Formats: sequence, structure tokens, C-alpha cells
Amino acid sequence: MHIFEFIRPRDSAAAIAAAAQSKTAQQGADVRFIGGGTTLIDLMKLNVETPARVLDINRLPLDKIEVMPDGGLKIGATVRNSDLANHAKVQKDYSVLSQAILQGASAQIRNMATVGGNLLQRTRCVYFRDIAMPCNKREPGSGCPAITGHNRTLAILGASDHCIATNPSDMCVALAALEATIHIQGTNGSRAVVFGDFHLLPGNTPIRETVLEAGDLITHVTLPPPVTGSKQIYLKLRDRASYEFALSSAAVVITIASGGITRARIALGGVGTKPWRSPEAEAVLIGKPANDASFRQAAEAALRDAKPQSENKFKIELAKRCLTHALRTAAAS
Amino acid sequence: MSADDSKSLPPSPTRRKFLLTSGSGVAASLLAAYVPAAAKSATEESDSAPNNAGPSIEGAVPIMLRINGKEHSLRVDPRTTLLDCIRETVVLTGTKKGCDHGQCGACTVHVNGRRVLSCLNLALMHDGEEITTVEGLGTPDAMHPMQAAFLACDAYQCGYCTSGQIMSAVALLKEPCGPDDASVKELMSGNICRCGAYANIVDAIQQVRKRA
Repeated sequence: MHIFEFIRPRDSAAAIAAAAQSKTAQQGADVRFIGGGTTLIDLMKLNVETPARVLDINRLPLDKIEVMPDGGLKIGATVRNSDLANHAKVQKDYSVLSQAILQGASAQIRNMATVGGNLLQRTRCVYFRDIAMPCNKREPGSGCPAITGHNRTLAILGASDHCIATNPSDMCVALAALEATIHIQGTNGSRAVVFGDFHLLPGNTPIRETVLEAGDLITHVTLPPPVTGSKQIYLKLRDRASYEFALSSAAVVITIASGGITRARIALGGVGTKPWRSPEAEAVLIGKPANDASFRQAAEAALRDAKPQSENKFKIELAKRCLTHALRTAAAS
Repeated sequence: MSADDSKSLPPSPTRRKFLLTSGSGVAASLLAAYVPAAAKSATEESDSAPNNAGPSIEGAVPIMLRINGKEHSLRVDPRTTLLDCIRETVVLTGTKKGCDHGQCGACTVHVNGRRVLSCLNLALMHDGEEITTVEGLGTPDAMHPMQAAFLACDAYQCGYCTSGQIMSAVALLKEPCGPDDASVKELMSGNICRCGAYANIVDAIQQVRKRA
């Protein structure tokens, strides 16, 4: 691990001012906020992340979960994953989020990992994590050995010729389906970014993973008021039963009336270069009867643009079955 | 190790004791980054035991950790993980280093009553906080019920993961967890046991939960 200066900013303004001295935005930057440390310390040990300054934001007052006047939820950036997953209102009204978090990592890691950190969780691509290998996400222009190498777990949606790394988060898949909003404070004040706009596709610049600019601090995430009568499921398929990243996952928030499906929010995990909302699947479901034929049709739509890598053609069918089964389970719940 | 090698070792040839007392250049360089605060006043040219005579660490930062109820005022390199601080600076070696990357759970300790992985935390992040290690749970004469249950159920083989398993298991008692074995397995999935003592670990935990 490279030497760094450890600083505990007294307030958000001081944290932002210190981070604004960074040459680039948060990920891979020379000034980094630290929350739980579960991604950052790991990558610092591998010299993938080599910040000169580490700003500890754990003691800033960003650790509250509050019900907002409109009935929605405001979740502070340093709220621990376990506290969010076990929160009574989250379990009752946003159960897809609770399910997603509890299927990720381990109890110890969930006690450490923060909401803000989870939004910035970095890929598990083995080439990204090994500084002896080229990686366009780490070193722009160095190449992507994953395209012809070990790519069984990598992305089939949203990949480019420069990067095929999967976003590993479970929490983010649920937040995509719940249409969360991310609140950011920066040197030019505050702004709110809808979830779907926060993460970027790799394109020609896989080093840029989010819309964050140097100095930007995620302060909280908000959820819209709960949808009455919605059925919510997070289904995660993986190589072992627990403590493993998704090969394919699906977050489903669906409302069914007597005449059929009236509302659907669908997001996929483990298959995309970012948490993958599927408006295509949602559009297919609206007005359809809640049956296997509709669900399979939605899954076909969600994966229509999927492009397999050399080792993971199976993921296309796996993702379709994952979504179909998640919808079936939600409908039956 | 050959018979000849064993003759050259000190009377109690544990690796740790050897490193701490040999005063060799290797030991000194290994320990240089992890000297307790008390060592700061020691002169650099002293050749007494390296754990109290290492050079002062450039850029070291003072912190106070309350470990198992006892305050420790320390100076640590900012890079020092909570795990390395506990093992090397405070010399509580019950907490084990397995993968050092948050994948095995051997380093599990409690911070402010919650289980965390000490390998993925910087010691500096816990200034003033309450740390509990396996040494703080019980003693051989007065074991924590979970320690006693692990013993009774033969819930280990080599023992390397055991302190992490026990720290996780003790924390689990206070967490939301269903009554069945499957729920216990799910909440213990962050602790890997290469010997495969899982069935007995689940038995030990369930034994304690049923008595509670």
C-alpha cells in the first residue's frame, strides 16, 4: 500500500474542499473519501487505488434514515448496509432493497459498507484488480485483456470495445428498480441525480464510472413514496449459495390488478456494466396478464441487446430465467 | 524443518516469540512499522528487543483504542489496518490474518459491539472506539458460552479460522436471525473454514441459541 495522509474533515464543507483538490473525480482519484473501506482498502492493498489523501467521512452527520414528509425515505450516505436492510420501513415498504442488500457480501461486510460506498463499488474483473495486467478502466489506452481472456462473470449488456467489466452491486439493482435519487454536494452547491443517470456506460472512457466530479460528496439517497400494493422480489443467482457476486440477478417491483399488470419496474444485476434498468421489459409487462408467457416475453425484451463474451453465453439464458422466475415469484407473493 | 534446524531455535521456538526476541535485522524491519507509542522515546541505536526500540515511524499518528476494556494509546502508520494494529502493535494474536482481503472472515472482531472485518479497516478510523477480540470474550477458566460450545461440539480442526468464527457467532446472537440451521449458515457465510468444520460450527451456535 502506498503511503497516504489520513484526514478527518470536521464537516461536509471541509470534506468537499479537500476532495476538490483532487485532479479527477472520486474513483481512482488521488483524494478519496473513505466510508466502510470494504472496497477501497482492498484495492489500496492491491495498489489499484493509490490515493495521496484519504478523507474519513464516517463521523460526518450522514448516518440517518428518515421518513420524508411525502412518505418517501431519506438515507444518509454513511448508513451501514446492515442498518438499511434491517430498517423496519425498508423491510415493509422497500423490501426489494432489504432483500438485495442481505444477499450481498457477508454480515461483517454489511456492518461496515456504507450506502455511498456501495454506489461506488468497483468491478471484480480480475484484470482490473491486477496491476500487472493492462486495463482500460485503470490505465486508459492499455487495453482490455478480459475481452479475449477470463470473462465468464463479465458483462453481456452495456459493454464496449474498451471495457466489459460488470458492476457488482446488489443494492444498486434494487435502487434502480425503486427509482432512487442520489443527492450530491460539490463545490458548486447541491444537485440531485436520478439513479439511472448516475452510473455511466464504459464507452471510450471506462475510467469514468459515475457523473461525480472532483470534490463531489454523496450526502444521501432518497426513495419515492412506496407504491401501495406493489410486490417486490430480488432474486440472485450465483456460483455458491451465499457470499458470492451475482452471475445474474433481478429486482422486480410490480403491481397487479384484476385486469393485469398496471406497473412494473425491472432492473438486472450481474449482467451489465452498470446497474441495468430495463424499460423494455417494463413496457412489455404493462397491461399484460400476470402469467409465464408475459414474464418470458419481458425477459426476452430485457436481453434482446445482450452480447455474450467468449466464456459466458450461458448468462443470456440465465438472466432470462432469472427475471422470469423473479416475476413469477413476485406475482405469487 | 530438519532436526538440525530445530536445535538452533530458542527454547520455546514459536515463530512469534522468535521474531519478537531475536533482535535480528529481519525481525527489526518486520516490526519497525508497528512499534507501540512507548517505543518513541527509545533511542534508535539501542539494540534491545525491537518491539520497544524500533525507530520512530515517520508520519505515525497517535490514536487511542479501547480493546477488551483496556485503553491503548498508540502511534500507527496511517496504512496500518485494524487487524495489523491488534496483532502487531498491541500483540493480541488471537485475531487471525487469513486472506487480508475481506474474503475469509478470520480477522472478525467487534467494533462498538458489531462484527466487522479488521483487515478492511484502518486502525485510524477507530480512534476512541471499543474493540473486542477473542481474548476479550472469556478465559480458559471462564469461557464465553460460545467458546465452550465450540469446544463441546468439536467445531474446529486446525483452529485458524476459529477465533473469527466465534466472534461472528457471538455477534450473530444479537442479530436478526431465523431459528433454523439455514439462517445460521447464511449469517455465517462470511467465515470460511478450510477444514470444513461447518456442520459442527452450526451445531455449536444452535446449542448456545437454544440455551439462551
